[in-house]
Amino acid sequence: MSPRSLYDPPALLSSDDAQALAKRALSHSTADAARVTIVNGSRGNTRFAVNQISTAGDNTDTVLTVRSEYGKRAASASTNALDDDSLKRVVETSERLAKLAPEDPEAMPELGPQAVSASPGYSASTAALDPAGRAAAVSRVTEPARAAKLVATGYLETDVGSFAVANSKGLFDYSRQTSAAMTTTVRTPDASGSGWAGAAHSDWRRIDPSELGEHAIEKARRSVNAVAVEPGRYTVILEPTAVGNLIQLLAFALNARNADEGRSFFTKPGGGNKIGQKVVDERVSLWSDPMDPDASANTFTAEGLPVHKTVWIEEGVVRNLAYDRFWAEKQNTAPSPLIGSLRMPGGTTTQEEMVASVSRGILVTRFWYIRPVDPRTILYTGLTRDGTFLIEDGKITRAVKNLRFNESPIFMLNNLEGLGPPVRVSASEDGGPGFAIVVPPVMARDFTFTSLSDAV
Amino acid sequence: MTDRRDFLKKSAQMAAALAAANALTATEGTATAFASYAPPKSPPAAGMDPVTKDLLMEGLNAAKSGGATYADVRVGRQRQNFVFTREHQIQNVVDTDSIGCGVRVLVDGTWGFAATRIMTKPAVAAAAKEAVAVAKANRMTRGNPIELVPTPVIHDATWQSAFTTDPWSVSVEDKADLLLKANAEAMKAANVKYIFSGLFFVKEERAFASSEGSMTNQVLVRSWPLMQITAVAPDFSDFQNRGNVVPPMGRGWEYVQECDLVGNAGKWGEEASQKLKAKPVEVGRYDLVLHPSHLWLTIHESIGHPTELDRALGYEANYAGTSFVAPPEKMLGKLKYGPEFMNIQGDRSQVGALSTMGYDDEGVKPDDFLIIKDGILNDYQTTREQAAWLSWWYKQEKRETRSHGCSYAQGWDNVQFQRMPNVSLLPGEKEQSFEDIVAATDKGIAIIGDGSFSIDQQRYNAQFGGQTFWEIKGGKLGGMLKDVAYQMRTPDFWNSMDMIGGKKSYQLGGSFFDGKGQPGQINAVSHGAVPARFRQINVINTGRKA
Repeated sequence: MSPRSLYDPPALLSSDDAQALAKRALSHSTADAARVTIVNGSRGNTRFAVNQISTAGDNTDTVLTVRSEYGKRAASASTNALDDDSLKRVVETSERLAKLAPEDPEAMPELGPQAVSASPGYSASTAALDPAGRAAAVSRVTEPARAAKLVATGYLETDVGSFAVANSKGLFDYSRQTSAAMTTTVRTPDASGSGWAGAAHSDWRRIDPSELGEHAIEKARRSVNAVAVEPGRYTVILEPTAVGNLIQLLAFALNARNADEGRSFFTKPGGGNKIGQKVVDERVSLWSDPMDPDASANTFTAEGLPVHKTVWIEEGVVRNLAYDRFWAEKQNTAPSPLIGSLRMPGGTTTQEEMVASVSRGILVTRFWYIRPVDPRTILYTGLTRDGTFLIEDGKITRAVKNLRFNESPIFMLNNLEGLGPPVRVSASEDGGPGFAIVVPPVMARDFTFTSLSDAV
Repeated sequence: MTDRRDFLKKSAQMAAALAAANALTATEGTATAFASYAPPKSPPAAGMDPVTKDLLMEGLNAAKSGGATYADVRVGRQRQNFVFTREHQIQNVVDTDSIGCGVRVLVDGTWGFAATRIMTKPAVAAAAKEAVAVAKANRMTRGNPIELVPTPVIHDATWQSAFTTDPWSVSVEDKADLLLKANAEAMKAANVKYIFSGLFFVKEERAFASSEGSMTNQVLVRSWPLMQITAVAPDFSDFQNRGNVVPPMGRGWEYVQECDLVGNAGKWGEEASQKLKAKPVEVGRYDLVLHPSHLWLTIHESIGHPTELDRALGYEANYAGTSFVAPPEKMLGKLKYGPEFMNIQGDRSQVGALSTMGYDDEGVKPDDFLIIKDGILNDYQTTREQAAWLSWWYKQEKRETRSHGCSYAQGWDNVQFQRMPNVSLLPGEKEQSFEDIVAATDKGIAIIGDGSFSIDQQRYNAQFGGQTFWEIKGGKLGGMLKDVAYQMRTPDFWNSMDMIGGKKSYQLGGSFFDGKGQPGQINAVSHGAVPARFRQINVINTGRKA
């Protein structure tokens, strides 16, 4: 192929580049204080359908956002045109808007210089994957699928990005990160069977396209001739992806202010929040750590605040909720932002051992179209998809039709029967990198399925 | 997602709401069912500036010299403006601006795409060459070469969406003032403690040129007023939200004013408060009377998505899913989607609707087409690549094989593909209203506004909530219910429809965030609907104790 003039190497801003760009923007500022954030990077993606590549593309962008403040008045403006005139204009826009905006009594002052760690989530192998490399990876799924007379569809995305925050008080934070995700859905030509496999990591070398293809092919074959079961409460074995699908919902509900205001599961009856209360089985812990090598995330926030490991749930007890700077100050605690990293440590029971212990239950590959139903209980609805199987007398016996659930991760984690070894999953809805999530397979009793679906 | 206004004539308060809602609904005496409001006289879009034209030509030339047999180049600028508030204070004022160029090429029957934010001729040429390189890399997996159905060449056309006041001409002071006044009105209701409100505006300039000689320049504006009102029980034992109060529209600031947030917020606040005292629904089968402010979302999920042709043929299997409306040869002219009076139109022409555009992202002028005609499946949503797949059907029906103009990319940095046009339930012949349908119903539940929504990957099994739920007894609206959701199987559901409203009851709903594709792209789409009744639908109670 021809040289990749725009993308080789990917147009990544170095720390020095980002700092120089931020200084150029801040030099136009006349506000009391100003902050610049720079999000820069490139994305390569390849889609495949019906055993061949359908669309693919590469793009690169750099978005610079200026937040200007006058006392308690503030506003932001962003641009991706980085010439001097455009930078001057974006600063002026944010200043014009800020001057006319009402005062925000919750506005927090800009931070001074902060010490931040470099993110571990940058991989040269991910940055180096080019369109030809992506196409080769795709063929390692499509060729075996074609040979097996099955139909593979899927998606491979790599992102290479840098993120910087600078302000007029001398703060400058910089990090660079990569991410890669590959997912595939393999279906039988008569649309009677469907199997899925997916993986995500900051390091492309940790994703094995052939293995994904094999898993999806096997699931597609086993999922044909699905039988109907009565909706109701079942013992379930949730594969790690399905657990990731549900655990991230719990993370979204961790907001401290909502809890203190009385509009959250984490609100304590009578007032206050549930920090210190046991809410799930004592075998459950959950934390976010930007330095986790398998679940890395940015090491600072958009305000430039360093992010450290935060334990949300420890042995079933709520240890922390997510506090922004304002609410933390008001409640006299430290800020604890929610970040795109989650780890739930597991146990030692293998998935095979779980299956062997179930007299009647359902094995779930993944969930889909998960939407909130009742925030009071973190109750969501959604459906199983691409590999749902009946377990009878300790064995996976046959495929079952997909089922709709109405369930809360809180109830699921209270009905815990077993935990396996945790793994990194691809649990985003759209197959992009999403949250970096490491979770175990889970066995739980009384999981609530409310209706059957004819969808394959 | 979004929602709107209320139609319950239960009290003076609700009558006031009705008056407000009428400001947004049908105008008498217009030629089509689709006159959601009188079309404003917006100025014509300016012609394309020479600098943009040069960039488009540079991209096309570089693509062709690289070996592309077809290419299109899009220069896009998208601006967004948000003002968000809570209770008595401002939260966020944000203005964004993104500009760039995307080049799509066909080389040896395979697609390639690349995009750059750098608006110089060398950068656009480099993006074109990169797109060619991507296409060549993809050639190794190619089966059948991609072909595009012919489309008339559009010479230097311009188009502008219907807006009279550009939201960017309104000061942030005025925007914030409107929201804070609305918040204060909502907070007058008992137990209403928290409000989130916002104004979200989008302005796009879209320039397009293809190697076949088409060139278009379009400007469009979208506006979405948002409010979510939260009532909290004094003992912290419960909380309830009322949100999705008005739909987003492809219109300008004048639409925000017509919505009268300040005049309506008190009623929405009362509803949030009332939800704390509402009776939990008893599970069972009910006749449902669904208001257009609710039904648009059911149409979107259970008709809009399954009639996307790429889904039906497996191209979206890995994320959005496939479709129960497949394969097309077994469905077109055969599938009885609903009763005979059910007609579903796809279009990008309804004035003020979100998907409305003069030309799509392949330079095609979209047409109005019936997806469901007299209850039977009649067509799918298509692009130039896809229309050829249905040529057998169009020949049989003595119709032209053409794209319906459904190609769309969310911005310059994403490749265009098939996206949903406005997909709408056409009014029935009899002029009857939501109230008339309630009056004809002995026992049932009326649902207003869209709430929770979920549907499987083939669009069979769905579950929908709502914003407010009302018991119907003996043709009258009774008390408010809570924890209501209905579960459905799409063909059974639509075939259970036995009453629909007339032209005067037709309204648009819609969303800024219709998601599809990998990488995920959003599409803004409206759905016109009339109120309708569905018989004996399964209703569940979603309330559980923690």
